[in-house]
Amino acid sequence: MTAADIHRTILAVWRNEQPRLITSLSRMLRDVPLAEDLTQEALVAALEHWPATGVPERPGAWLMATAKRRALDHLRRGKMLAHKHDMVARDLEQEQQAIPDLDAALDDDIGDELLRLIFTACHPLLPQEARAALALRMICGLTTGEIARAFLVPEATVAQRIVRAKRTLSASGLAYETPRGEELSERLASVLEVVYLIFNEGYTAARGEHWLRPQLCQEALRMGRVLISIAPHEPEAHGLLALMELNASRIAARTDQAGDPILLMDQNRALWDQLQIRRGMLALAQAVQLGGAGGFYALQAEIIACHAKASAVDDTDWPRIAELYAELAKLVNSPVIELNRAVAVGMAEGPAAGLAIVERLAGEPTLKTYHLFGSVRGDLLYKLGRYAEARDVFEAAAGLAANDRERELLKRRAAQAADAAASS
Amino acid sequence: MRFMYIVTSTQPNRGPTPALMEAMHKLADREIKAGRMLDSGGLMPVSLGAQVKITGGKLSVVDGPFVEAKELIGGYAIFELRDKEEAVASAVEFMQLHKEHMPGWEGTCEVRSFATPGDEMACQADAQAAS
Repeated sequence: MTAADIHRTILAVWRNEQPRLITSLSRMLRDVPLAEDLTQEALVAALEHWPATGVPERPGAWLMATAKRRALDHLRRGKMLAHKHDMVARDLEQEQQAIPDLDAALDDDIGDELLRLIFTACHPLLPQEARAALALRMICGLTTGEIARAFLVPEATVAQRIVRAKRTLSASGLAYETPRGEELSERLASVLEVVYLIFNEGYTAARGEHWLRPQLCQEALRMGRVLISIAPHEPEAHGLLALMELNASRIAARTDQAGDPILLMDQNRALWDQLQIRRGMLALAQAVQLGGAGGFYALQAEIIACHAKASAVDDTDWPRIAELYAELAKLVNSPVIELNRAVAVGMAEGPAAGLAIVERLAGEPTLKTYHLFGSVRGDLLYKLGRYAEARDVFEAAAGLAANDRERELLKRRAAQAADAAASS
Repeated sequence: MRFMYIVTSTQPNRGPTPALMEAMHKLADREIKAGRMLDSGGLMPVSLGAQVKITGGKLSVVDGPFVEAKELIGGYAIFELRDKEEAVASAVEFMQLHKEHMPGWEGTCEVRSFATPGDEMACQADAQAAS
């Protein structure tokens, strides 16, 4: 093995163990940011020792013992309360007498602590990008460099965000607390928001060379799966997971070989990931069973589920999708949702019905600069045989598109409409 | 990246010990909760299975057990992980359980990553370049 191989192996082992390390240390120190620092130190220790000694047979136990020793040192240095110190020292002594075996590590229920960790990382007091960075670092075990690469920002920026966020948490006394009761649902909303942000950052990358950054989707999915295991009674957690699994099921079909986007209607459905669709459907059923059918994430998941169930575009249940968008619009007042409803209504009841909704939206200020508004409107006009109007609308929309690939597509459609206008 | 773990053994008739079953169950539970394991399953004895074969241009159906089989698949799992290193680390942990709870057992956990449409293209490109 080369040094780089050993390094990667150590990181992989560490990532597997990291949630258990950080939760145990949090419980010991009652301080999540500090626990995070010390788990990092355990990683550094592993990187120093294991290249020479090899990866120990029970790497988890090694890392845990190392991290706890650091925590103990910290408590000593800080002259913490004597009894706390004694308590920890006693624990450690017992553990060193009998290094915890694999089974003990497996028995260690970290659910509550992990939930606390997630709530801390996604605290509403922190700026959104800091929450995302902390979550990826503390829950997924990503390094600062990996997070920076994923979000296409300099490593120093991420490092600074993390340091500031941890300082904010420590200074505000929020370093170790779990919300209960009503606050829990509110705080959960903040957690779901962060996870969804990370997912979307990967799923519809607005910037950068690649349209998709699947790794961020995978990290968000992983967090979503963790969330439903530690907060199994929260319907929106299941709803979000369903939405992410179902969206992710189409990743392989969403781009062509050159990396250009392929729109839903044109995708090769044989490339949709059936295992992931099954998991998404299961999560959606859970959300519904828990009474969450009308939730923000569950509704969106159900819309995607309508597509997932259709083996061909023509089999799509457009009336149902139109209904779901109407429900979603009641929940969130957004012209973009209304525009999506217009597409569904156009498919379900014909282009005239869709266009009627679009025309009502024409005055919306947020849609004035939104190229997809023209794209939808032009498409409906074209289907109604109003080719000259469609051409003008497509041309105007092309001028608004920020993404080259999308602009090309709209220009092509404008030319197509112009040809149809000339020959009719 | 998605990986399939395929567990094979030359001792198919030795079912897992209760202690191993329990440990594997706990590990699976943890891996599911951590969002890493997507699917898994143990397989029934080979005597209940069948093989549909093509040999020498002939198609035949053979019911189990299969005398000539040396290594038999006992089970599989599907994981979603970041890279091969992570997959190997987790397979090592899984096999460590076997070592502890089923002394004398011998077997293999094969770790294979799923091909994605892009990868298939890459293989074809390789083949074309080679020809």
